Amino acid sequence: MSLVCQRCQQAKATVHITDTVPDKRELHLCEDCAEKEGVIIKQHHQSTNEILQQLIKHKAGLGAAGDLACPNCGMTVREFQLKGQLGCSHDYEAFKELLTQLIERAHEGATHHVGKVPATAGETVRKHAGLLRLRRELQEAVEQENYEHAARVRDQIQALESV
Amino acid sequence: MTIDELTPTTGEWLRGVGSMSDVVISSRIRLARNLADRPFLATASATERTEIYRCLTDAITSTSAGSDALLVDIEQTDTLDREVLVERHLVSRQHANGDGSRGVTISPDETRALMINEEDHLRIQALRSGLELEALWEEVSGVDDTLAKRLAFAFDRQFGYLTACPTNVGTGIRVSVMLHLPALKLTKEIERVARAARDMHLAVRGMHGEGTDALGDLYQLSNQTTLGKTEEEIIGVFSETIVPKIVEYERTARDSLAQHSPYQLDDKIWRAYGILVNARRIGSEETQALLSPIRMAIHMERFTSMSVAALNELLLHTQPAHLQKLHGKTLEGEQRDIVRAEYLRSRLAPSP
Repeated sequence: MSLVCQRCQQAKATVHITDTVPDKRELHLCEDCAEKEGVIIKQHHQSTNEILQQLIKHKAGLGAAGDLACPNCGMTVREFQLKGQLGCSHDYEAFKELLTQLIERAHEGATHHVGKVPATAGETVRKHAGLLRLRRELQEAVEQENYEHAARVRDQIQALESV
Repeated sequence: MTIDELTPTTGEWLRGVGSMSDVVISSRIRLARNLADRPFLATASATERTEIYRCLTDAITSTSAGSDALLVDIEQTDTLDREVLVERHLVSRQHANGDGSRGVTISPDETRALMINEEDHLRIQALRSGLELEALWEEVSGVDDTLAKRLAFAFDRQFGYLTACPTNVGTGIRVSVMLHLPALKLTKEIERVARAARDMHLAVRGMHGEGTDALGDLYQLSNQTTLGKTEEEIIGVFSETIVPKIVEYERTARDSLAQHSPYQLDDKIWRAYGILVNARRIGSEETQALLSPIRMAIHMERFTSMSVAALNELLLHTQPAHLQKLHGKTLEGEQRDIVRAEYLRSRLAPSP
């Protein structure tokens, strides 16, 4: 079954959105209309900053959601929209829902760090980061049908999990 | 070491050496870091900002991260000297023109510059001539490790290193490679190359300003994604994939120009030289544009009376702040253009 775009009533709807704020609603749009509505940002040839600006504009337009404030530094979502910069590291927790979406768009769909971990970080943080990296490597090996390598990575994952 | 002592030199990264230096002018890596227990700069008070500045400069100057470095307190530095640092690519324009307590530590060879209180508390950057990303990564990562022994950086197990702007979160890494692409510009293939790079989620900018109409045919290529990939993977895209490919295209385009339109090519080179050596007043942008075909010609061995190092010196020393510093006083626009033309003639004219 294929849905027709609710906005232009012509193209096939390929973007499906469920909003919960301010009201619960479902939207089914084609890519062009979704971009016009500001709900998606086409990836091609757009700088990360433009993506950021569009996304926070769309989100912060949502009434009460803009008043959400960080309990540590007091910065609100609306202030973040104006400045484009966060107030403190706790904002990542306070605005987690908004930021996760924003980060996903800005970073080619990624939501988790797999790079360097501070040398002084606790053992659990290091283990967690190591597992994330290995699971991704496993996925890539399977996609490339490199099963020998996949088996080795799987063993490494099991070894790390049992530590 | 002082800014006055730096000014007449060109710095390590403009030496014109390193891998693929016929096309790659320089490479740079920077890491964004913030102190865990301090507010980001958007909400920090003036006092907190000063404390962050002290805390970071103490840690840097008392360790191998910068014990031999020149510490520049930018707030206490005059406009001309700030502009010298921008022209040398040691600080961003935003940092030079910003407000409040902020600074930079510069290593004696100018390959390492740590910006304090720019957009993030700390930006560790290293730059070198040519394509030398692996060496740069080793250097910035080493500085990061040294400082992490004394300071706790804001880090989250999901999002990685936390930054003031979420576009830098995760690794906090920005890899930039400055490329000289005059032949691709002449053969009108530059737009296609830029599109291919953008499709790989890389940003392409002219060295000064937006778009592909870059001043002096200098283009900066940098990553936009900082999360979900390791630092090595992000660097690998540049050093193994995109940069060698663009370098190959540029070299092919140069060969093709030499083969199919040698007269047009030489005409462009010698007309540029003719203006540089004869002009009585000349702006800094025109100078940069005219030095571009000469740079290409030196690498193509069609112009042998100047070295790349000498050309880089001209490029840097004809920029407004350097020109005024070397002249020993501040100059108005019109006066600058006259002094610049005199300087170029004195450096380029064949001795009688």
